[in-house]
Amino acid sequence: MGIFTLVINGARHDVDVAPETPLLWVLRDTLGLVGTKFGCGIGECGACIVHLDDVPAKSCRTTVASVGKRRVTTIEGLGQPTRHPLQQAWVELDVPQCGFCQPGQLMSAAALLRENPQPTDKDIEEALAGNLCRCGTYPRIVAGVHRAAEIAAATPAGKKERT
Amino acid sequence: MNTLPSHAVPADPNRRAFLRTATLAGGGLLLGCYLAPLASAAPIVDVPQRRKPDEFVPNAFIRIAATGVVTLVSKQPETGQGIKTALPMVLAEELEVDWRDVVIVQGDLDPVYGRQIAGGSTSTPVNYENFRRLGATARTMLLQAAAEIWQVAEGECVATLGTIVHRPSGRTLGYGALASKAAERPVPDATKVVLKTAKDFALMGRRIGGVDNAAIVAGEALFGIDVRLPGMRYAVYEKCPVFGGTVVSANLDLVRALPGVLDAFIIAGTDDLTGLMPGVAIVAESTWAAFSARKQLRVVWDEGKYANDDWRGFIAQAEALADAPGATRLRDDGDIAAGMAAAARTVEASYRYPFIAHACLEPQNCTAWFKPDGSLEIWAPTQNPAAGQTLVTAVLGIPKEKITLHLIRSGGGFGRRLSADYIAEAAAIAQRVSAPVKLTWSREDDMRHDHYRPGGFHFLRVGLDAKGRVVAWRDHFVTFANARTRNGKTELRPGSGGHLSPDEFPGRWIDHCRMEETALDCGIPMGPWRAPGANAFAWVFQSFIDELAHAAGQDPLAYSLALLNRRPNATGYDVGRMTRLLAHVADKAAWGKKKFPRGQGAGIAFHYCHRGYVAQVAEVSVAPHGALKVDRVVVAVDIGAQIINLSGAEAQVEGSVIDGLSVLAQQELDIRQGRIVQGNFGDYPLAGIADRPTAIEIHFLQTDNPVTGLGEPVLPPLAPAVCNAIFAATGVRIRQLPLTQTSLRWA
Ligand code: FES
Ligand code: FES
Repeated sequence: MGIFTLVINGARHDVDVAPETPLLWVLRDTLGLVGTKFGCGIGECGACIVHLDDVPAKSCRTTVASVGKRRVTTIEGLGQPTRHPLQQAWVELDVPQCGFCQPGQLMSAAALLRENPQPTDKDIEEALAGNLCRCGTYPRIVAGVHRAAEIAAATPAGKKERT
Repeated sequence: MNTLPSHAVPADPNRRAFLRTATLAGGGLLLGCYLAPLASAAPIVDVPQRRKPDEFVPNAFIRIAATGVVTLVSKQPETGQGIKTALPMVLAEELEVDWRDVVIVQGDLDPVYGRQIAGGSTSTPVNYENFRRLGATARTMLLQAAAEIWQVAEGECVATLGTIVHRPSGRTLGYGALASKAAERPVPDATKVVLKTAKDFALMGRRIGGVDNAAIVAGEALFGIDVRLPGMRYAVYEKCPVFGGTVVSANLDLVRALPGVLDAFIIAGTDDLTGLMPGVAIVAESTWAAFSARKQLRVVWDEGKYANDDWRGFIAQAEALADAPGATRLRDDGDIAAGMAAAARTVEASYRYPFIAHACLEPQNCTAWFKPDGSLEIWAPTQNPAAGQTLVTAVLGIPKEKITLHLIRSGGGFGRRLSADYIAEAAAIAQRVSAPVKLTWSREDDMRHDHYRPGGFHFLRVGLDAKGRVVAWRDHFVTFANARTRNGKTELRPGSGGHLSPDEFPGRWIDHCRMEETALDCGIPMGPWRAPGANAFAWVFQSFIDELAHAAGQDPLAYSLALLNRRPNATGYDVGRMTRLLAHVADKAAWGKKKFPRGQGAGIAFHYCHRGYVAQVAEVSVAPHGALKVDRVVVAVDIGAQIINLSGAEAQVEGSVIDGLSVLAQQELDIRQGRIVQGNFGDYPLAGIADRPTAIEIHFLQTDNPVTGLGEPVLPPLAPAVCNAIFAATGVRIRQLPLTQTSLRWA
């Protein structure tokens, strides 16, 4: 065991866990941040994606010891302080079916929009290639990312975020 | 809640919905209801509703507070099919409330709600009519309450958006203000309440977002795997990799000493392959501690009698049966030998498809808490909560009335969560732990201990006359069963989804028709998988009919229509509906009017199942080296007179198309030494975002037929439509699934 200091969604947490514990289980079991999902445990489904210093990472393949000083952002932190354009678009277009993959989809999409505010279909396919959806919501995910780009472009908050 | 004696009302001759009502002493109202459009629909039991003073609680599903807040109960399990949104919409429509003012809560397993199973696309047809009447009855009582207060005729009042308006005077009263008065009203005869006409629907038929969407995108705790309780423990459960295997011994002492482990023990289980299987449980302080300890677990198994199950071996067994008579003759019309002898030519083909897994994105899990008083509380992502309760009672002896079961949103179901094995496992572990315990399956558990869609083999031979018409049809279907011995006799009853109905199209449409079935014994547990049976049979028969059309040199659509209309009055199959649907899809897809270059083409297929009629046209591009892209899928659907939630319905169509494509393209399980080889998404791939068809076009034909569900019927015709398009594009005929079995290279 060891004490690890994590900065998650802007808040500091000291956790006492084995160093090889995947960040996924620290989030879910130790800290109760269950928005990050367990789907496969081996980096194949994308349900567990979080951001480490704004870069998407599969938290099932990230040990707590390897996080270091990097800021962790989870789905719970995505919409802070105001709802992310993607979350707004997802609700507007009724993207989720079962919803289980959606936190991971949103985290991948948010990283994409940060780098590329006006992505093409192809850009979206590439950025979200590692996120599986058993329910087949892909057409609406693509539409949702485009819609979020539109919302972000039309709002001052969106403009601010891109600078 | 106590159960009241029922006040029997004679069923009307049409067995249509009727409701029975009674007034309770103390001002509470009850409204129980019967509905039996399907054989399996169970009556709702009368129970008094708990009610606060000033509240109007006309039935188990509607609660109107004095503040005007309207709470609607969703009784069905939600797995992503959208029923938690759709059924409350039906209530809200007839109740005349503003959807934005409605609060929707999930009901637990409770007899007051009647049948609570999300399977067979039945949630809508079982409840639609009933829920309209429940809403309309409550609306009527609110109208009557207002009329009484104002001392005016009820006919002068209208209900609109949670308010009753007295038209002549313009006076209004909100539902909240009327709640206590409405609660005193006698309940009107629900069979006579006035239902809205479709043209006045304000909610139904519109696109309404899922009621949990905001919580989903915010990452709130919603799913079974998210359940957290004070003092909760975390468990894993290891079963024999060979189905039916039992535990001989395990290194429990070593495992118990590992970090974070609280206990490890053997559960004897039963020999029911879809029930509580034997295994070893590890209970720990966290999921990761349990997962880690499991890596050190060594179990000596008695692998039982199925350790030789082997997919290659099954193929060989099936192929040896191709020309042999089947064990069961499903249908034998006319004279098959004479029919074949008289045919101008015969066409033969064999089709084969593998076992597949459900692979819900949320692995199976369940939380259970066995309390000192002997009661058990369960939190389960399930499609069939009553099955969980029943299995727990059967295997653990906990009486039904001591089991509380909370329905938790499921991260996908597709039939997998109709089974209750994981619920029984959690309960069996909980019985040994004096704290709440959450059982979480690994992805590998989920894939290697599924209740699978059985594989199958069809050996087809057809006789065509000089004009290319089918005159004789013979199919020997080789399927799978888990042998069972009863009273000294061994039975081989095909597993779920592994039995062919003798009425399956085109059986009844052909004069000389023999359909035979032989089941191979195996230890692979089988269970319903989205559109059971249909998900494979539609591919086989719709592909083969396309082969016959080409053999006859005819257009596949014209060929199918001619075959279908040979018998326009087939019982339980509305040929007229399917004919109109085919015409519609052909029109929308410009069938036969497009010229495709080599490597591109269109295919058509249709199927009727789960009360839904669906026809599809797929257009594909196949690169010379064989890479497939589905460019366009045009889907025409007839599920009756009303689409409840257009957005949800379209989502089911989009999802079914992509799911169908995912299975068609790459999903298969290999079986070696009694074990499922594949374990995770690396070797059992799901379609990804780039695999989606470029366009999915959806056309709902609203017809004057009973309203029904949409979780299943769109999936079956997708695979044959795409395979027929591949043939049109390349000349390559797909007779084995998945597509990875066949090279699509054409240059
Ligand atoms: S759980 Fe991490 S990628 Fe699937
Ligand atoms: S919405 Fe169910 S897995 Fe994506």
